[in-house]
Amino acid sequence: MKPPTFGYSRPESVAQAVSLLAARGPDAKVLAGGQSLMPLLNLRLAAPGHLVDINRLAELAYVSVSGGQVTIGALARHNDVLRDPLAVAAQPLLGQALALVAHPVIRNRGTTVGSIVHADPAGEMTAVLALLEGSVRLVSVAGERLASAEDFFLGPLESDVRAGELATEVLLPELPSGAGCAFTEVSRRHGDYAVCGVAALVELGPQGEVSGARAAYLSVGPVPVVLDLTEACGGVSLVSLATAGTPDFAQAGRLAMARLQPGDDIHATAAYRRHLAGVLTERALAGAFAHARERAWLSLP
Amino acid sequence: MAEPALKDTDMKDSGLFDIVLVVNGTSYALAVPARRLLSDCLRHDLRLTGTHVGCEHGVCGACTVLIDGVAVRSCLMLAVSADNSSITTVEGLAGRDGKLSPVQQAFADCHGLQCGFCTPGFLTTITAALAEDPDPTPEQAREIIGGNLCRCTGYQNIVQAVLRAAELITQTR
Ligand SMILES: Cc1cc2nc3c(=O)[nH]c(=O)nc-3n(C[C@H](O)[C@H](O)[C@H](O)COP(=O)(O)OP(=O)(O)OC[C@H]3O[C@@H](n4cnc5c(N)ncnc54)[C@H](O)[C@@H]3O)c2cc1C
Ligand code: FES
Ligand code: FES
Repeated sequence: MKPPTFGYSRPESVAQAVSLLAARGPDAKVLAGGQSLMPLLNLRLAAPGHLVDINRLAELAYVSVSGGQVTIGALARHNDVLRDPLAVAAQPLLGQALALVAHPVIRNRGTTVGSIVHADPAGEMTAVLALLEGSVRLVSVAGERLASAEDFFLGPLESDVRAGELATEVLLPELPSGAGCAFTEVSRRHGDYAVCGVAALVELGPQGEVSGARAAYLSVGPVPVVLDLTEACGGVSLVSLATAGTPDFAQAGRLAMARLQPGDDIHATAAYRRHLAGVLTERALAGAFAHARERAWLSLP
Repeated sequence: MAEPALKDTDMKDSGLFDIVLVVNGTSYALAVPARRLLSDCLRHDLRLTGTHVGCEHGVCGACTVLIDGVAVRSCLMLAVSADNSSITTVEGLAGRDGKLSPVQQAFADCHGLQCGFCTPGFLTTITAALAEDPDPTPEQAREIIGGNLCRCTGYQNIVQAVLRAAELITQTR
């Protein structure tokens, strides 16, 4: 179908953009890469009165790494981030997740910040923000504020971006040394939204034991769900690995299954999703553990 | 904060926007409503019907065109957003003399199409990908076309065509 009618503006600066958003009120929407908003308009699932097109805000087309943080500007396309060697080295979860976001052509246009603002509980970047406890900078004519991941996701396709606000950048911490991460998911076809997905972060203690294990889940609730699974990883360490051969995260998988409350929809039953969450938890933790081990070795003098 | 001045052509609550699109090397001045999709602008306003429209929500890839050399879905872009850009559609892939581009030639050689509905999107997508990396592995060839749907061929010959096109491109270098 074709989109409904709307007013349109294409500001050249953040100052212009926020004053347009302020002037047009709650009926205005930001148009970033359009890879989620345009389908909604074409399907007539959204009917904003005015679109503020931010594609000319060249000042927001950046990805930077400094002070232990990766900062992604609102006009950085998924592929700009994925191909930024410094950013994906500083926070490898970014590269692992973005490779699973849609297809290369969609990633040419879709923005990473837009995908976080869009708050699709099936979107990989929402889980990345939640797991890494990143934050989103929101600017309006009244000033700016930093929203933490914990408070940012309100419901499916609903984030805490208030009328008049523009998300200018997303901040994510670098992956600490001694930690590893992994992203794994199950989707009908490669590039589709995941039926279930898990991003995991594993930290190793001084003896090579798992001192922290957390996982974020896609498509199991209205917002990305983060679980601390450290208590279920007690037996796993680099030392136990030497005798057991493979790390055993089965207990963590069972704990995740017990804690999650997935729902039914046309893509999968709740029971199947719970099963996937268990299996993917084990895989993601094993992947993150292997990654942490690899990084620990690399960082040895 | 006072509202900064914005040109009339850059902000309207209704009416038409004057835009300029350079399509396959020819410059066109157009007046379009904000809601005009780039795919419709190409097909209806410019009568360049080589760009096909399958789904209008980004899933099939048939409408893929190159904007300043980058492959994008023309059904997910407003014509007004494409103002001042240089667009290549399937009509712009062959040489001026009608000689098929390497990707087009490879599709002919490998029987990479049957009904041809999906073909314009595959050709543009593969053209952009091979411009970036002219030597993909079979696995990368699959990744390149992973976002395009074809209901006829079963994809095997299209994967072959990607690899054949890569050969043709490296041969002519
Ligand atoms: C075929 C297809 C498959 C896809 N598969 C996946 C997938 O597997 N995983 C995945 O995560 N995504 C997927 N996507 C979505 C894609 O990642 C989008 O790029 C992303 O969700 C939205 O980013 P955008 O820049 O395109 O935002 P837009 O579509 O422009 O905007 C989305 C929403 O966010 C708001 N918004 C955007 N930027 C800002 C900002 N800076 N400030 C305030 N509000 C803003 C808009 O107003 C709108 O409500 C897919 C899309 C398509 C078409
Ligand atoms: S018509 Fe644009 S992707 Fe299907
Ligand atoms: S050749 Fe018919 S859809 Fe691809």
